[in-house]
Amino acid sequence: MNLLLTLILATLNLFQTGQQQDQKARQGLYAITNARIETVSDGTIENGTVLIEGDRIVAVGENVVIPASATIIDGTGLRVYPGMIDSGTQLALTEVGSVQETNDTNEVGDVTPHMDALTAVNPNAVAIPITRVAGITTVITEPGGGLLPGLAAMINLFGYTPEQMQAGGVKLLVLQFPTKPRAGGGFRRFGGGERPDPDKAYNNALDKLNEIWDRAELYDRIVTEYTASPAGKTQPVYAPEMDAIRPVIRGDRKLMLKVSAEKDILAALDWVKERELTNVVFSGVSEGWRVADKLAEAGIACIVGPILATPTRSSDRYDRAYANVGMLVEAGVKVAIRTGEGDNVRNLPFNAGFAAAYGLGKEAALRAVTLGPAEIFGIDADYGSISVGKKANLFISDGDPFETSTNILALFIDGFNVPIESRQIDLYREFLNRDEGRLTPVEVLPADH
Amino acid sequence: MNTKTVYSVGQSLLLLLFVAQFATAQNVVIRNATVLSITNGTLENTDVLIAGGIITEIGTDIRAPRGTQEVDATGKFLMPGIVDAHSHIALSSINEGSSPVTAEVSMEDVVNPYHLGIYRALAGGVTTSHTMHGSANVIGGQNETIKHRWGVTDPDDLRFDGAPRTIKFALGENPTRTHGRRASGGTGAIVPSTRMGVEQVLRSSFENGKRYMEAWDDYHLKVATDSRAIPPVYNGRLEVMADIIRGNILVHCHSYRADEILMLTRVLADYGVRNITFQHANEAFKVAPELAAFGAHASVFSDWWSYKFEVYYSTSYNAAILMRNGIVTSINSDSGELNRHLFHEAGKSQRYGGLTDDEALSMITINPAIQLGIQDRVGSIEIGKDGDVVIFDSHPLSVYAIPEMTFVEGKKYFDRFEDADDMRMEVSPTAEIGMYEGQITGRDRFDHGGEIVNFFELFDAETTLNFEDN
Repeated sequence: MNLLLTLILATLNLFQTGQQQDQKARQGLYAITNARIETVSDGTIENGTVLIEGDRIVAVGENVVIPASATIIDGTGLRVYPGMIDSGTQLALTEVGSVQETNDTNEVGDVTPHMDALTAVNPNAVAIPITRVAGITTVITEPGGGLLPGLAAMINLFGYTPEQMQAGGVKLLVLQFPTKPRAGGGFRRFGGGERPDPDKAYNNALDKLNEIWDRAELYDRIVTEYTASPAGKTQPVYAPEMDAIRPVIRGDRKLMLKVSAEKDILAALDWVKERELTNVVFSGVSEGWRVADKLAEAGIACIVGPILATPTRSSDRYDRAYANVGMLVEAGVKVAIRTGEGDNVRNLPFNAGFAAAYGLGKEAALRAVTLGPAEIFGIDADYGSISVGKKANLFISDGDPFETSTNILALFIDGFNVPIESRQIDLYREFLNRDEGRLTPVEVLPADH
Repeated sequence: MNTKTVYSVGQSLLLLLFVAQFATAQNVVIRNATVLSITNGTLENTDVLIAGGIITEIGTDIRAPRGTQEVDATGKFLMPGIVDAHSHIALSSINEGSSPVTAEVSMEDVVNPYHLGIYRALAGGVTTSHTMHGSANVIGGQNETIKHRWGVTDPDDLRFDGAPRTIKFALGENPTRTHGRRASGGTGAIVPSTRMGVEQVLRSSFENGKRYMEAWDDYHLKVATDSRAIPPVYNGRLEVMADIIRGNILVHCHSYRADEILMLTRVLADYGVRNITFQHANEAFKVAPELAAFGAHASVFSDWWSYKFEVYYSTSYNAAILMRNGIVTSINSDSGELNRHLFHEAGKSQRYGGLTDDEALSMITINPAIQLGIQDRVGSIEIGKDGDVVIFDSHPLSVYAIPEMTFVEGKKYFDRFEDADDMRMEVSPTAEIGMYEGQITGRDRFDHGGEIVNFFELFDAETTLNFEDN
């Protein structure tokens, strides 16, 4: 029998003793013993135990007392890692790319900051199990399309309702920062049609952003004054767009500013300073390496990715996109890695692996998909490492999870022991030896051929 | 050059020509590598000598002829140049989307040797690409198999001499959308708009091609005895169909669903055609026993799925299921991004199906070579094969592996430590620099077949870096 299938079946038997073999995710009291524990926060424990109770890690170390009632998972020869976090996806908002009816990422309009991605998260999206079996327990899922497309939400990849899935209460206001055109003019057009003026479009977008922000700041002042002493005042008209921007202006909600090109990053740094915004993270940042010092100086954390991408410019060295994160970290920028994917978020560990190989290093790469994002989003008390008191978001593997030859053998999300199951694994099981058990021969071609 | 002679421009050019010719004929010996031969296992601490563009010796302590370039590969891995069985690099057009059948057009007419995608592929260890017509038509154009001889300016110098002719077919959503569901309220719609229509387009083309072939065969018989015999009217499209039936052209068919894959095997069987590689073939795993019995090949993605409905019921275990069912399977890129890490894409078959190292590597070397009919020339490290090899710093199936040098016919075209950052051959001051590909996400990537591919023709060819027709 195939090696992986053997492993999977062995794993299921091994790891689900004490449970009914019903493939249902359950919380409980679990002890993962004799495993190599990559805590991320406190180094590696070569041979230790992780004790999980309910949704939390309750003990970690070499000498953990294992309660008699615990379900033991023998981790001999295996490794335990904190669940990986992808800091920029469209997971669970989209099902089939080209079928618009299945895509809930883009609302009509350029300024829709009140759209809340969490509302449209489909807890039963087929891509969720396909993603989590790679050891990815948590993602940020984002709306897209306009200037201010809405709120991104951080979700755990197990749960029956969006609320159950929401991680650390993290929601971020997404801003697609205007993109300045580069020298060389607009797209070449057939038929000699009039060229659109790209600078004009850029200036319009920037003006629009500033106008919106002016209004939002004004709205904030009016609402704040009204709330402080409503007596004798007319209640301000409800403006949902402004209401959604308000927490960012007040510093209560993080702004996820999406920006990639050098010029735009510089413009965004100025804009953020001008607007006195401090609770900001940049996302995309594919040309961050060109201005790494400036980003470090501004102290703005960056979500970088996809790493598996071509360089932004033809004149760039071929491996710039792989090396970008490493160069940012070298300059002192705090980073997290994203795939930017909807369907193949499962490639997060491989994006991290490439970043590691091209300058970031393995330890920093692991951090950029675990504790790094947890710190950036202010949820490191609960997420991002194997430490006592943290959420039990972790996985067990037979090797380095960035390597394609490694198998993820068990998965805990919110303390639920989630089976290593997905539709793609189901199809493998069904079709590997499709005709096994068939007594009559397979008909290859119909009789008249 | 150490004399004080002032060379004229002409003399300098002559010198350059001489140097270029010398470089082409250069011999190289790569020493002390771990050689992943693909067809003959892993050879530790082994030297490989490439002379006259051909691998002439594999062994230890090889005595190389005087003047042979020495490369120390101690601690490094040497594998055959990667073969990408589905690419669109180095092309200035992709789809002749004007008719469901355009067998007469050929990508050899639109090869662009200045395309930076060639160098980027080399930097990912790829030495041969099957650069293809798009998927807009049921029977698209003929494809071109090229070697990545970066630096040549004559398109013909990229050609893989001796590679068999191949043609692109396409089933399912792309041809039905392009032709059967045309814009303008469907008024311009023509067959096919369904998978039934696709079959009939194929059958008509094959039947007309067969009759055309027979008419010419008949004429050739007659003209031997009757000099006044009248030849049939020449038809370039049917000429190509006849050549497919004669077995002179290999069919590479864009396909996804199991039913359409089976349909094409039945049509081909009716015309005695057996040379078929199903491209993409996301649902080939569902009909693996049928494909194995037919002798069909499959060239698949490692993990792409759900970008359109016909790939929703995919599995990343596709390649492993096909390999385990005895089907010659390759992993391709169909992308100017993905072709830079095909070794990594092949590695995914270890997570998704537990393939061995040799099996995984065969899917980007000897198997695509078989599918392109060039397995006697490339795809493994064997004496007598072309000197197309790549040196990695570590095992190429590791996610941390970095390609360091790539050779085509013994000539080094990529060197991680010596190449300039900017490797463009031609710098146009008016060219668009290109979109910010770093921002492109998986969602933007779907649906580049059919009419949408025209979008890419709005860009300069050299900046057309993402042109999948998946």
